[in-house]
Amino acid sequence: MTVFLQYLVNGLSMGSVYAIIALGYTMVYGIAKMLNFAHGDVIMIGAYISFCVTSYLGLPAIVSVVAAVAVCTALGILIEGFAYKPLRQAGPLAVLITAIGVSYFLQNAAQLIWGATPKNFTSIVSFPVPDFLRAYNVSAVSLVTVVACLVIMAGLMWFTGKTKMGKAMRAVSEDKAAAQLMGINVNRTISMTFAIGSALAAIAGVLLCSYSPVLQPTTGSMPGIKAFTAAVFGGIGSIPGAFVGGILLGIIEAMAQAYISTSLANSIVFAVLIVVLLVKPAGLFGRYVPEKV
Amino acid sequence: MGDRILHVEDINVYYGAIHAIKDVSFEVSEGEIVALIGANGAGKSTTLKTLSGLLRSATGAIEFMGESIMHAQPDRLVAKGLAHVPEGRRVFQQMTVEENLEMGAYTRPGSEIAPGLERVYAHFPRLKERRRQVSGTLSGGEQQMLAMGRALMSSPKLLMLDEPSMGLAPILIEQIFDIVRELHEAGTTILLVEQNAQMALSIATRGYVMETGRVTLSGTGRELLENDDVRKAYLGG
Repeated sequence: MTVFLQYLVNGLSMGSVYAIIALGYTMVYGIAKMLNFAHGDVIMIGAYISFCVTSYLGLPAIVSVVAAVAVCTALGILIEGFAYKPLRQAGPLAVLITAIGVSYFLQNAAQLIWGATPKNFTSIVSFPVPDFLRAYNVSAVSLVTVVACLVIMAGLMWFTGKTKMGKAMRAVSEDKAAAQLMGINVNRTISMTFAIGSALAAIAGVLLCSYSPVLQPTTGSMPGIKAFTAAVFGGIGSIPGAFVGGILLGIIEAMAQAYISTSLANSIVFAVLIVVLLVKPAGLFGRYVPEKV
Repeated sequence: MGDRILHVEDINVYYGAIHAIKDVSFEVSEGEIVALIGANGAGKSTTLKTLSGLLRSATGAIEFMGESIMHAQPDRLVAKGLAHVPEGRRVFQQMTVEENLEMGAYTRPGSEIAPGLERVYAHFPRLKERRRQVSGTLSGGEQQMLAMGRALMSSPKLLMLDEPSMGLAPILIEQIFDIVRELHEAGTTILLVEQNAQMALSIATRGYVMETGRVTLSGTGRELLENDDVRKAYLGG
Protein backbone atom coordinates (compact mmCIF):
# COMPACT_ATOMS: atom_id res chain seq x y z
CA MET A 1 0.00 0.00 0.00
CA THR A 2 2.76 2.40 0.95
CA VAL A 3 4.50 1.69 -2.31
CA PHE A 4 1.32 2.33 -4.27
CA LEU A 5 0.81 5.65 -2.49
CA GLN A 6 4.41 6.60 -3.17
CA TYR A 7 3.89 6.02 -6.86
CA LEU A 8 0.63 7.92 -6.68
CA VAL A 9 2.43 10.88 -5.12
CA ASN A 10 5.09 10.73 -7.85
CA GLY A 11 2.39 10.64 -10.48
CA LEU A 12 0.48 13.52 -8.93
CA SER A 13 3.57 15.69 -8.70
CA MET A 14 4.77 15.01 -12.22
CA GLY A 15 1.18 15.26 -13.40
CA SER A 16 0.94 18.73 -11.90
CA VAL A 17 3.97 19.81 -13.91
CA TYR A 18 2.34 18.39 -17.05
CA ALA A 19 -0.87 20.16 -16.11
CA ILE A 20 0.85 23.55 -15.82
CA ILE A 21 2.44 23.05 -19.25
CA ALA A 22 -0.84 21.77 -20.67
CA LEU A 23 -2.65 24.84 -19.35
CA GLY A 24 -0.29 27.00 -21.41
CA TYR A 25 -0.89 24.89 -24.52
CA THR A 26 -4.61 24.96 -24.05
CA MET A 27 -4.80 28.72 -23.46
CA VAL A 28 -2.92 29.43 -26.67
CA TYR A 29 -4.82 26.81 -28.64
CA GLY A 30 -8.15 27.85 -27.19
CA ILE A 31 -7.74 31.48 -28.10
CA ALA A 32 -5.33 31.68 -31.04
CA LYS A 33 -6.43 28.30 -32.46
CA MET A 34 -2.86 27.24 -33.09
CA LEU A 35 -0.60 24.58 -31.67
CA ASN A 36 2.47 26.28 -30.36
CA PHE A 37 4.97 23.45 -30.57
CA ALA A 38 7.67 25.77 -29.29
CA HIS A 39 5.91 25.84 -25.93
CA GLY A 40 8.12 23.05 -24.56
CA ASP A 41 11.23 24.98 -25.49
CA VAL A 42 10.04 28.10 -23.72
CA ILE A 43 9.97 25.88 -20.62
CA MET A 44 13.62 25.03 -21.16
CA ILE A 45 14.53 28.74 -21.59
CA GLY A 46 12.72 29.51 -18.34
CA ALA A 47 14.71 26.86 -16.52
CA TYR A 48 18.01 28.20 -17.91
CA ILE A 49 17.14 31.75 -16.84
CA SER A 50 16.35 30.56 -13.35
CA PHE A 51 19.57 28.52 -13.31
CA CYS A 52 21.68 31.53 -14.36
CA VAL A 53 20.14 33.83 -11.80
CA THR A 54 20.76 31.44 -8.91
CA SER A 55 24.07 29.87 -9.98
CA TYR A 56 25.87 32.76 -11.68
CA LEU A 57 24.36 35.78 -9.96
CA GLY A 58 23.82 34.00 -6.64
CA LEU A 59 20.41 35.58 -6.13
CA PRO A 60 17.62 33.90 -4.15
CA ALA A 61 15.37 31.31 -5.81
CA ILE A 62 12.28 33.47 -5.80
CA VAL A 63 14.10 36.20 -7.75
CA SER A 64 15.11 33.59 -10.30
CA VAL A 65 11.49 32.53 -10.76
CA VAL A 66 10.40 36.12 -11.28
CA ALA A 67 13.21 36.62 -13.80
CA ALA A 68 12.29 33.42 -15.65
CA VAL A 69 8.64 34.48 -15.83
CA ALA A 70 9.58 37.96 -17.07
CA VAL A 71 11.97 36.69 -19.75
CA CYS A 72 9.59 33.99 -20.98
CA THR A 73 6.64 36.37 -21.10
CA ALA A 74 8.66 38.74 -23.28
CA LEU A 75 9.90 35.81 -25.34
CA GLY A 76 6.35 34.57 -25.89
CA ILE A 77 5.23 37.99 -27.12
CA LEU A 78 8.27 38.23 -29.40
CA ILE A 79 7.77 34.75 -30.87
CA GLU A 80 4.13 35.49 -31.56
CA GLY A 81 4.88 38.87 -33.08
CA PHE A 82 7.73 37.75 -35.33
CA ALA A 83 6.82 34.20 -36.26
CA TYR A 84 3.08 33.71 -35.98
CA LYS A 85 1.44 37.10 -36.48
CA PRO A 86 2.55 37.46 -40.12
CA LEU A 87 0.84 34.10 -40.74
CA ARG A 88 -2.55 35.08 -39.34
CA GLN A 89 -4.20 34.66 -42.75
CA ALA A 90 -2.14 31.60 -43.73
CA GLY A 91 -3.28 28.01 -43.47
CA PRO A 92 -2.81 25.97 -40.29
CA LEU A 93 0.01 23.91 -41.84
CA ALA A 94 2.18 26.97 -42.41
CA VAL A 95 1.73 27.96 -38.78
CA LEU A 96 2.44 24.44 -37.55
CA ILE A 97 5.66 24.20 -39.54
CA THR A 98 6.72 27.62 -38.29
CA ALA A 99 6.08 26.50 -34.73
CA ILE A 100 8.33 23.48 -35.25
CA GLY A 101 10.94 25.83 -36.70
CA VAL A 102 10.74 28.11 -33.67
CA SER A 103 11.15 25.06 -31.46
CA TYR A 104 14.43 24.07 -33.14
CA PHE A 105 15.56 27.68 -33.19
CA LEU A 106 15.14 27.95 -29.42
CA GLN A 107 16.92 24.64 -28.81
CA ASN A 108 19.87 25.65 -30.94
CA ALA A 109 20.01 29.13 -29.51
CA ALA A 110 20.15 27.59 -26.03
CA GLN A 111 22.93 25.27 -27.13
CA LEU A 112 24.85 28.23 -28.50
CA ILE A 113 24.43 30.27 -25.32
CA TRP A 114 24.73 27.60 -22.64
CA GLY A 115 26.47 24.76 -24.44
CA ALA A 116 25.33 21.17 -24.91
CA THR A 117 26.73 19.92 -21.60
CA PRO A 118 23.87 19.43 -19.15
CA LYS A 119 23.72 21.80 -16.19
CA ASN A 120 22.92 20.58 -12.75
CA PHE A 121 19.82 22.46 -11.66
CA THR A 122 19.39 22.99 -7.92
CA SER A 123 15.85 22.68 -6.69
CA ILE A 124 14.32 26.09 -6.06
CA VAL A 125 12.27 24.91 -3.11
CA SER A 126 13.59 23.28 -0.01
CA PHE A 127 11.81 23.23 3.28
CA PRO A 128 11.43 20.41 5.76
CA VAL A 129 8.53 18.06 5.11
CA PRO A 130 7.06 16.14 8.10
CA ASP A 131 8.30 12.57 8.34
CA PHE A 132 4.92 10.90 7.92
CA LEU A 133 4.54 12.68 4.55
CA ARG A 134 8.09 11.98 3.51
CA ALA A 135 7.40 8.29 3.97
CA TYR A 136 5.10 8.60 0.96
CA ASN A 137 7.66 10.38 -1.19
CA VAL A 138 6.08 13.77 -0.59
CA SER A 139 8.78 16.39 -1.07
CA ALA A 140 8.83 20.15 -0.81
CA VAL A 141 8.85 20.38 -4.60
CA SER A 142 5.85 18.10 -4.98
CA LEU A 143 3.85 20.09 -2.46
CA VAL A 144 4.72 23.39 -4.14
CA THR A 145 3.98 21.97 -7.59
CA VAL A 146 0.55 20.64 -6.71
CA VAL A 147 -0.42 23.87 -4.97
CA ALA A 148 0.96 26.00 -7.81
CA CYS A 149 -0.97 23.94 -10.32
CA LEU A 150 -4.26 24.33 -8.44
CA VAL A 151 -3.74 28.06 -7.97
CA ILE A 152 -2.89 28.54 -11.66
CA MET A 153 -5.93 26.60 -12.82
CA ALA A 154 -8.26 28.50 -10.51
CA GLY A 155 -6.64 31.78 -11.57
CA LEU A 156 -7.09 31.04 -15.26
CA MET A 157 -10.71 30.03 -14.78
CA TRP A 158 -11.37 33.24 -12.90
CA PHE A 159 -9.50 35.29 -15.50
CA THR A 160 -11.30 33.89 -18.55
CA GLY A 161 -14.67 33.76 -16.81
CA LYS A 162 -14.81 37.04 -14.95
CA THR A 163 -12.41 39.66 -16.28
CA LYS A 164 -12.97 41.90 -19.27
CA MET A 165 -9.70 40.85 -20.90
CA GLY A 166 -10.48 37.17 -20.29
CA LYS A 167 -13.94 37.45 -21.79
CA ALA A 168 -12.48 39.29 -24.77
CA MET A 169 -10.12 36.34 -25.23
CA ARG A 170 -13.06 33.96 -25.37
CA ALA A 171 -14.78 36.24 -27.87
CA VAL A 172 -11.66 36.26 -30.07
CA SER A 173 -11.45 32.49 -29.80
CA GLU A 174 -14.98 32.10 -31.16
CA ASP A 175 -15.07 34.67 -33.92
CA LYS A 176 -12.22 37.07 -34.69
CA ALA A 177 -14.20 39.28 -37.08
CA ALA A 178 -17.16 39.61 -34.71
CA ALA A 179 -14.72 40.38 -31.88
CA GLN A 180 -13.23 43.18 -33.96
CA LEU A 181 -16.70 44.57 -34.51
CA MET A 182 -17.00 44.81 -30.72
CA GLY A 183 -13.90 47.00 -30.67
CA ILE A 184 -11.59 44.26 -29.43
CA ASN A 185 -8.01 44.52 -30.68
CA VAL A 186 -7.51 40.95 -31.87
CA ASN A 187 -3.74 41.15 -32.28
CA ARG A 188 -3.20 42.53 -28.82
CA THR A 189 -5.51 39.92 -27.33
CA ILE A 190 -3.60 37.10 -29.00
CA SER A 191 -0.24 38.41 -27.87
CA MET A 192 -1.63 38.65 -24.35
CA THR A 193 -2.56 34.98 -24.59
CA PHE A 194 0.99 34.12 -25.58
CA ALA A 195 2.29 36.18 -22.69
CA ILE A 196 0.17 34.19 -20.24
CA GLY A 197 1.03 30.84 -21.81
CA SER A 198 4.75 31.61 -21.75
CA ALA A 199 4.67 32.85 -18.16
CA LEU A 200 3.14 29.49 -17.23
CA ALA A 201 5.87 27.75 -19.22
CA ALA A 202 8.51 29.53 -17.13
CA ILE A 203 6.94 28.35 -13.90
CA ALA A 204 6.62 24.83 -15.30
CA GLY A 205 10.27 24.89 -16.36
CA VAL A 206 11.52 25.82 -12.93
CA LEU A 207 9.37 23.15 -11.25
CA LEU A 208 10.24 20.52 -13.84
CA CYS A 209 13.97 21.00 -13.30
CA SER A 210 13.51 21.04 -9.56
CA TYR A 211 12.32 17.44 -10.02
CA SER A 212 14.73 16.17 -12.56
CA PRO A 213 17.79 18.40 -12.24
CA VAL A 214 19.38 17.66 -15.61
CA LEU A 215 19.05 20.84 -17.66
CA GLN A 216 20.01 20.77 -21.34
CA PRO A 217 18.68 22.36 -24.54
CA THR A 218 16.31 19.46 -25.19
CA THR A 219 14.93 19.39 -21.65
CA GLY A 220 11.60 20.87 -22.71
CA SER A 221 10.83 18.63 -25.69
CA MET A 222 9.54 15.44 -24.11
CA PRO A 223 7.57 17.10 -21.28
CA GLY A 224 6.23 19.51 -23.90
CA ILE A 225 4.95 16.70 -26.07
CA LYS A 226 3.52 14.85 -23.11
CA ALA A 227 1.78 17.95 -21.84
CA PHE A 228 0.37 18.53 -25.30
CA THR A 229 -0.91 14.97 -25.12
CA ALA A 230 -2.40 15.76 -21.73
CA ALA A 231 -4.15 18.83 -23.15
CA VAL A 232 -5.65 16.76 -25.99
CA PHE A 233 -6.52 14.01 -23.51
CA GLY A 234 -8.50 16.49 -21.42
CA GLY A 235 -10.00 18.25 -24.43
CA ILE A 236 -7.80 20.92 -25.93
CA GLY A 237 -9.02 24.45 -25.28
CA SER A 238 -10.60 23.45 -21.96
CA ILE A 239 -8.92 24.71 -18.79
CA PRO A 240 -10.23 22.03 -16.41
CA GLY A 241 -9.53 19.53 -19.20
CA ALA A 242 -5.84 20.45 -19.29
CA PHE A 243 -5.66 20.16 -15.52
CA VAL A 244 -7.33 16.75 -15.33
CA GLY A 245 -5.49 15.54 -18.42
CA GLY A 246 -2.12 16.51 -16.95
CA ILE A 247 -2.76 14.88 -13.59
CA LEU A 248 -4.12 11.68 -15.17
CA LEU A 249 -1.22 11.48 -17.57
CA GLY A 250 1.24 11.83 -14.69
CA ILE A 251 -0.49 9.10 -12.69
CA ILE A 252 -0.80 6.72 -15.64
CA GLU A 253 2.86 7.23 -16.42
CA ALA A 254 3.94 6.62 -12.83
CA MET A 255 1.81 3.50 -12.52
CA ALA A 256 3.01 2.13 -15.84
CA GLN A 257 6.60 2.66 -14.76
CA ALA A 258 5.96 0.99 -11.42
CA TYR A 259 3.85 -1.97 -12.34
CA ILE A 260 4.42 -2.68 -16.02
CA SER A 261 7.69 -1.51 -17.44
CA THR A 262 9.81 1.58 -17.19
CA SER A 263 10.84 1.42 -20.79
CA LEU A 264 7.28 0.92 -22.01
CA ALA A 265 5.83 3.73 -19.88
CA ASN A 266 5.73 6.26 -22.70
CA SER A 267 4.12 3.79 -25.09
CA ILE A 268 1.48 3.00 -22.51
CA VAL A 269 0.73 6.67 -21.95
CA PHE A 270 0.22 7.25 -25.65
CA ALA A 271 -1.80 4.04 -26.03
CA VAL A 272 -4.19 5.31 -23.38
CA LEU A 273 -4.46 8.60 -25.27
CA ILE A 274 -5.37 6.78 -28.46
CA VAL A 275 -8.05 4.76 -26.70
CA VAL A 276 -9.54 7.87 -25.09
CA LEU A 277 -9.62 9.69 -28.41
CA LEU A 278 -11.27 6.71 -30.10
CA VAL A 279 -14.01 6.70 -27.51
CA LYS A 280 -14.28 10.43 -27.02
CA PRO A 281 -12.76 12.26 -29.98
CA ALA A 282 -13.00 15.70 -28.37
CA GLY A 283 -11.14 14.55 -25.25
CA LEU A 284 -12.51 14.17 -21.74
CA PHE A 285 -13.76 17.75 -21.31
CA GLY A 286 -13.82 18.84 -24.93
CA ARG A 287 -17.09 19.58 -26.61
CA TYR A 288 -18.17 19.91 -30.14
CA VAL A 289 -20.66 22.73 -30.25
CA PRO A 290 -22.97 22.31 -33.20
CA GLU A 291 -23.00 25.47 -35.25
CA LYS A 292 -26.27 27.21 -35.83
CA VAL A 293 -26.61 28.83 -39.20
CA MET B 1 -32.86 66.00 -40.91
CA GLY B 2 -29.72 66.53 -38.90
CA ASP B 3 -26.08 66.70 -39.90
CA ARG B 4 -24.55 64.32 -42.34
CA ILE B 5 -22.76 61.64 -40.33
CA LEU B 6 -21.68 59.21 -43.03
CA HIS B 7 -20.43 60.15 -46.44
CA VAL B 8 -19.32 57.51 -48.93
CA GLU B 9 -17.89 58.55 -52.24
CA ASP B 10 -16.86 56.42 -55.20
CA ILE B 11 -15.64 53.38 -53.34
CA ASN B 12 -14.41 50.33 -55.24
CA VAL B 13 -13.87 47.01 -53.51
CA TYR B 14 -12.27 43.90 -54.97
CA TYR B 15 -12.22 40.29 -53.82
CA GLY B 16 -9.09 39.27 -55.66
CA ALA B 17 -10.04 39.61 -59.31
CA ILE B 18 -13.74 40.13 -58.60
CA HIS B 19 -14.84 43.74 -58.70
CA ALA B 20 -17.55 43.60 -56.03
CA ILE B 21 -18.32 47.29 -55.44
CA LYS B 22 -18.21 49.76 -58.31
CA ASP B 23 -18.12 53.52 -57.70
CA VAL B 24 -20.62 53.41 -54.89
CA SER B 25 -21.58 56.71 -53.25
CA PHE B 26 -24.22 57.45 -50.65
CA GLU B 27 -24.75 59.24 -47.41
CA VAL B 28 -26.56 59.03 -44.10
CA SER B 29 -27.69 61.98 -41.97
CA GLU B 30 -28.34 62.02 -38.29
CA GLY B 31 -31.77 60.67 -37.37
CA GLU B 32 -32.38 58.81 -40.62
CA ILE B 33 -33.05 55.19 -41.43
CA VAL B 34 -31.34 54.60 -44.73
CA ALA B 35 -32.11 51.33 -46.49
CA LEU B 36 -29.71 49.65 -48.87
CA ILE B 37 -31.73 47.15 -50.86
CA GLY B 38 -30.93 44.79 -53.68
CA ALA B 39 -30.74 41.16 -54.66
CA ASN B 40 -28.41 38.57 -53.22
CA GLY B 41 -24.87 39.33 -54.38
CA ALA B 42 -25.52 42.97 -55.23
CA GLY B 43 -22.76 44.08 -52.85
CA LYS B 44 -24.77 45.28 -49.88
CA SER B 45 -22.92 43.31 -47.21
CA THR B 46 -19.60 44.05 -48.87
CA THR B 47 -20.42 47.75 -48.58
CA LEU B 48 -21.09 47.42 -44.85
CA LYS B 49 -17.92 45.41 -44.29
CA THR B 50 -15.96 48.12 -46.05
CA LEU B 51 -17.50 50.79 -43.84
CA SER B 52 -16.59 48.91 -40.68
CA GLY B 53 -13.01 48.35 -41.84
CA LEU B 54 -13.18 44.57 -42.39
CA LEU B 55 -12.59 45.18 -46.11
CA ARG B 56 -10.71 47.96 -47.85
CA SER B 57 -11.80 50.20 -50.69
CA ALA B 58 -9.22 50.81 -53.40
CA THR B 59 -10.45 54.30 -54.21
CA GLY B 60 -12.71 57.11 -53.06
CA ALA B 61 -13.49 58.41 -49.61
CA ILE B 62 -15.38 57.32 -46.51
CA GLU B 63 -16.08 59.95 -43.90
CA PHE B 64 -17.73 59.26 -40.59
CA MET B 65 -18.55 62.17 -38.27
CA GLY B 66 -16.46 64.41 -40.49
CA GLU B 67 -13.37 62.22 -40.23
CA SER B 68 -11.86 59.97 -42.89
CA ILE B 69 -12.16 56.30 -41.88
CA MET B 70 -10.81 54.79 -45.10
CA HIS B 71 -7.84 53.24 -43.32
CA ALA B 72 -9.16 52.81 -39.80
CA GLN B 73 -8.95 49.43 -38.07
CA PRO B 74 -12.35 47.90 -37.26
CA ASP B 75 -11.72 47.89 -33.52
CA ARG B 76 -11.05 51.64 -33.56
CA LEU B 77 -14.27 52.42 -35.39
CA VAL B 78 -16.47 51.03 -32.64
CA ALA B 79 -15.06 53.57 -30.23
CA LYS B 80 -15.84 56.31 -32.76
CA GLY B 81 -19.51 55.29 -32.72
CA LEU B 82 -19.93 52.95 -35.66
CA ALA B 83 -21.64 49.65 -34.78
CA HIS B 84 -22.08 46.84 -37.26
CA VAL B 85 -24.49 43.96 -36.72
CA PRO B 86 -23.09 41.44 -39.18
CA GLU B 87 -24.99 39.15 -41.49
CA GLY B 88 -25.85 35.88 -39.78
CA ARG B 89 -25.80 37.63 -36.34
CA ARG B 90 -22.41 36.17 -35.30
CA VAL B 91 -23.18 36.15 -31.60
CA PHE B 92 -20.57 34.48 -29.39
CA GLN B 93 -22.32 31.12 -29.12
CA GLN B 94 -20.45 29.77 -26.12
CA MET B 95 -20.86 32.91 -24.06
CA THR B 96 -23.97 33.85 -22.13
CA VAL B 97 -26.41 36.49 -23.32
CA GLU B 98 -25.13 38.95 -20.76
CA GLU B 99 -21.48 38.26 -21.59
CA ASN B 100 -22.27 38.95 -25.25
CA LEU B 101 -23.81 42.26 -24.26
CA GLU B 102 -20.79 43.10 -22.11
CA MET B 103 -18.56 42.48 -25.13
CA GLY B 104 -20.67 45.00 -27.00
CA ALA B 105 -19.63 47.59 -24.43
CA TYR B 106 -15.95 46.61 -24.70
CA THR B 107 -14.86 50.10 -25.73
CA ARG B 108 -16.98 51.83 -23.09
CA PRO B 109 -15.99 52.51 -19.48
CA GLY B 110 -17.20 49.84 -17.04
CA SER B 111 -19.63 52.27 -15.44
CA GLU B 112 -21.71 52.31 -18.63
CA ILE B 113 -22.37 48.57 -18.63
CA ALA B 114 -25.20 48.53 -16.09
CA PRO B 115 -27.20 51.40 -17.66
CA GLY B 116 -26.48 49.93 -21.10
CA LEU B 117 -27.87 46.55 -20.06
CA GLU B 118 -30.96 48.22 -18.67
CA ARG B 119 -31.51 50.09 -21.92
CA VAL B 120 -31.06 46.98 -24.04
CA TYR B 121 -33.31 44.90 -21.79
CA ALA B 122 -36.00 47.59 -22.11
CA HIS B 123 -35.96 47.12 -25.89
CA PHE B 124 -35.58 43.34 -25.68
CA PRO B 125 -37.30 41.97 -22.56
CA ARG B 126 -36.75 38.49 -23.97
CA LEU B 127 -33.00 38.87 -23.56
CA LYS B 128 -33.40 39.74 -19.91
CA GLU B 129 -35.25 36.48 -19.29
CA ARG B 130 -32.44 34.58 -20.94
CA ARG B 131 -29.49 36.56 -19.71
CA ARG B 132 -27.70 33.67 -18.02
CA GLN B 133 -28.29 31.34 -20.94
CA VAL B 134 -25.51 30.36 -23.33
CA SER B 135 -26.41 32.21 -26.51
CA GLY B 136 -25.86 29.23 -28.82
CA THR B 137 -29.09 27.83 -27.39
CA LEU B 138 -31.19 30.85 -28.41
CA SER B 139 -33.57 30.77 -31.36
CA GLY B 140 -32.70 32.62 -34.56
CA GLY B 141 -34.94 35.57 -33.67
CA GLU B 142 -33.48 35.81 -30.19
CA GLN B 143 -29.96 35.70 -31.60
CA GLN B 144 -30.86 38.57 -33.91
CA MET B 145 -32.14 40.53 -30.91
CA LEU B 146 -28.94 39.73 -29.06
CA ALA B 147 -26.78 40.83 -31.99
CA MET B 148 -28.67 44.12 -32.15
CA GLY B 149 -28.59 44.60 -28.38
CA ARG B 150 -24.87 43.86 -28.36
CA ALA B 151 -24.27 46.58 -30.94
CA LEU B 152 -26.41 49.04 -28.97
CA MET B 153 -24.20 48.50 -25.91
CA SER B 154 -21.51 50.60 -27.59
CA SER B 155 -23.94 53.58 -27.69
CA PRO B 156 -23.41 53.95 -31.45
CA LYS B 157 -23.96 57.11 -33.44
CA LEU B 158 -24.70 54.92 -36.45
CA LEU B 159 -26.10 51.40 -36.24
CA MET B 160 -25.53 49.28 -39.34
CA LEU B 161 -27.82 46.25 -39.63
CA ASP B 162 -27.02 43.56 -42.17
CA GLU B 163 -30.08 41.49 -43.14
CA PRO B 164 -31.77 41.43 -39.74
CA SER B 165 -34.72 39.52 -41.21
CA MET B 166 -32.64 36.75 -42.76
CA GLY B 167 -33.97 33.27 -42.02
CA LEU B 168 -36.69 34.44 -39.64
CA ALA B 169 -40.39 33.55 -39.64
CA PRO B 170 -42.71 36.37 -40.83
CA ILE B 171 -44.00 37.06 -37.35
CA LEU B 172 -40.45 37.49 -36.07
CA ILE B 173 -39.54 39.72 -39.00
CA GLU B 174 -42.43 42.00 -37.99
CA GLN B 175 -41.10 42.06 -34.44
CA ILE B 176 -37.55 42.84 -35.52
CA PHE B 177 -38.72 45.67 -37.76
CA ASP B 178 -40.89 47.04 -34.95
CA ILE B 179 -37.79 47.16 -32.81
CA VAL B 180 -35.78 48.86 -35.56
CA ARG B 181 -38.51 51.50 -35.78
CA GLU B 182 -38.50 51.82 -32.00
CA LEU B 183 -34.73 52.30 -31.91
CA HIS B 184 -35.03 54.92 -34.62
CA GLU B 185 -37.72 56.78 -32.68
CA ALA B 186 -35.44 56.68 -29.64
CA GLY B 187 -32.90 58.62 -31.68
CA THR B 188 -30.62 56.00 -33.25
CA THR B 189 -29.46 56.60 -36.81
CA ILE B 190 -29.66 53.39 -38.81
CA LEU B 191 -28.18 52.04 -42.03
CA LEU B 192 -30.24 49.02 -42.94
CA VAL B 193 -29.20 46.43 -45.49
CA GLU B 194 -32.09 44.20 -46.53
CA GLN B 195 -33.29 41.81 -49.18
CA ASN B 196 -36.80 42.27 -47.82
CA ALA B 197 -37.30 45.50 -49.77
CA GLN B 198 -40.95 45.96 -48.84
CA MET B 199 -40.28 45.95 -45.10
CA ALA B 200 -37.10 47.96 -45.35
CA LEU B 201 -38.50 50.72 -47.55
CA SER B 202 -41.68 51.04 -45.51
CA ILE B 203 -39.68 52.15 -42.46
CA ALA B 204 -36.84 53.93 -44.27
CA THR B 205 -36.45 57.68 -44.58
CA ARG B 206 -34.41 57.18 -47.72
CA GLY B 207 -33.17 54.24 -49.69
CA TYR B 208 -30.60 53.16 -52.28
CA VAL B 209 -30.99 50.27 -54.68
CA MET B 210 -27.88 48.24 -55.47
CA GLU B 211 -27.44 46.00 -58.51
CA THR B 212 -24.28 44.03 -59.30
CA GLY B 213 -22.06 46.29 -57.27
CA ARG B 214 -23.53 49.65 -58.29
CA VAL B 215 -26.08 52.03 -56.82
CA THR B 216 -28.71 52.28 -59.56
CA LEU B 217 -31.49 54.22 -57.86
CA SER B 218 -32.07 56.35 -54.84
CA GLY B 219 -34.91 58.28 -53.26
CA THR B 220 -37.11 58.47 -50.22
CA GLY B 221 -38.59 55.26 -48.91
CA ARG B 222 -41.97 56.13 -50.34
CA GLU B 223 -40.60 57.11 -53.76
CA LEU B 224 -38.79 53.83 -54.07
CA LEU B 225 -41.79 51.83 -52.91
CA GLU B 226 -43.82 53.43 -55.68
CA ASN B 227 -41.12 53.21 -58.34
CA ASP B 228 -42.13 50.84 -61.14
CA ASP B 229 -38.68 49.30 -61.60
CA VAL B 230 -38.34 48.66 -57.90
CA ARG B 231 -41.82 47.16 -57.75
CA LYS B 232 -41.06 44.83 -60.63
CA ALA B 233 -37.65 43.76 -59.46
CA TYR B 234 -38.04 43.54 -55.68
CA LEU B 235 -41.65 43.80 -54.65
CA GLY B 236 -43.22 41.15 -56.84
CA GLY B 237 -45.09 43.36 -59.31
